[in-house]
Amino acid sequence: MPHSDFREGMRTGLPIFLSAAPFGALFGAVAVQNGQTVFEAAFMSATVYAGASQLVGLELFGHHVQPWLIILSIFAVNFRHILYSAAMARFIEHFGPLQKFLAFFLLTDPQFAETYKRGESGRTVSFAWYMGLGTVIYVPWLVVTIIGGLLGNLISDPKLIGLDVLLPVYFLGLVFGFRKRPNFLPVALTAAAGSILAYRYIGSPWHVSVGALAGVLVAAMLPVKTVSGEN
Amino acid sequence: MNQIMHLDMMLLIVAAAVATFATRIGGYLLITRMKTIPPRLDAALNAVPAAVLTTLVAPNFYAGGPELKIAMAIALVVGLRTNVLTMLAAGWVVVMILRHGAGW
Repeated sequence: MPHSDFREGMRTGLPIFLSAAPFGALFGAVAVQNGQTVFEAAFMSATVYAGASQLVGLELFGHHVQPWLIILSIFAVNFRHILYSAAMARFIEHFGPLQKFLAFFLLTDPQFAETYKRGESGRTVSFAWYMGLGTVIYVPWLVVTIIGGLLGNLISDPKLIGLDVLLPVYFLGLVFGFRKRPNFLPVALTAAAGSILAYRYIGSPWHVSVGALAGVLVAAMLPVKTVSGEN
Repeated sequence: MNQIMHLDMMLLIVAAAVATFATRIGGYLLITRMKTIPPRLDAALNAVPAAVLTTLVAPNFYAGGPELKIAMAIALVVGLRTNVLTMLAAGWVVVMILRHGAGW
């Protein structure tokens, strides 16, 4: 039974891997462009294992931002995982402590989405299924990072093959992925204005924290939409 | 050049991995101790990813050349109708055409 669960998890993960593979390769290539070695890029994919924040980290390495600000930014970009692990707690409560540790280490956006979908539909989220899904995303992620890193070493001018456009466009896509969230427009516009002004008048390391702080403060000050049934 | 790794970079990656794992287990640890999150704190936390990511896009757009601005604008239009992969492809194609075809 666990074996068939593992295989079922792998089947669920296959299309996820296919759509995520270019980003793993992109990360590997951009990592090498930003001064990381292939080994460091692979180590980052293996330990951080969160594509968006890995790319954010690279962007900041490239700008020579202070280390504490890089860690804080990576923490901030990954903050959504806190909501994930809170929301899926009830589906993996039967896991043992070590199993939970592994499960949280492998917790990515698609891992959460598929786990939540399965748990909500009433099916058991077994550890074997969860690991099948996680493995088929994790292992190829590592492999394509290395492939991308090796190819990135051969690229002398990223602008010549348009590599420099991928990161900002990718982040642009991520930003607009949040467009249905409450307060998206005021938050994004404030963060954009704040970061451009800080970039222009203070300097590169600070535009991230200044812009992000401005956007978050606006969200905190705007009227709170009450959810029905609350209070 | 031939170095496999650098100590400061490895330490930074380890710190990044610890910070990331903290977010992955944090919600579980909080939910088992906390019943409700104050609404304003919740709204602020919800805004964090959009706010942080915007700060990585906006200055790039502001400081980039006209071909980058055009590519990002077209990619956004495409991205709103399709998916992130198609959006990336669109941005890349536009920049390559403008740089190599139009010679910008």
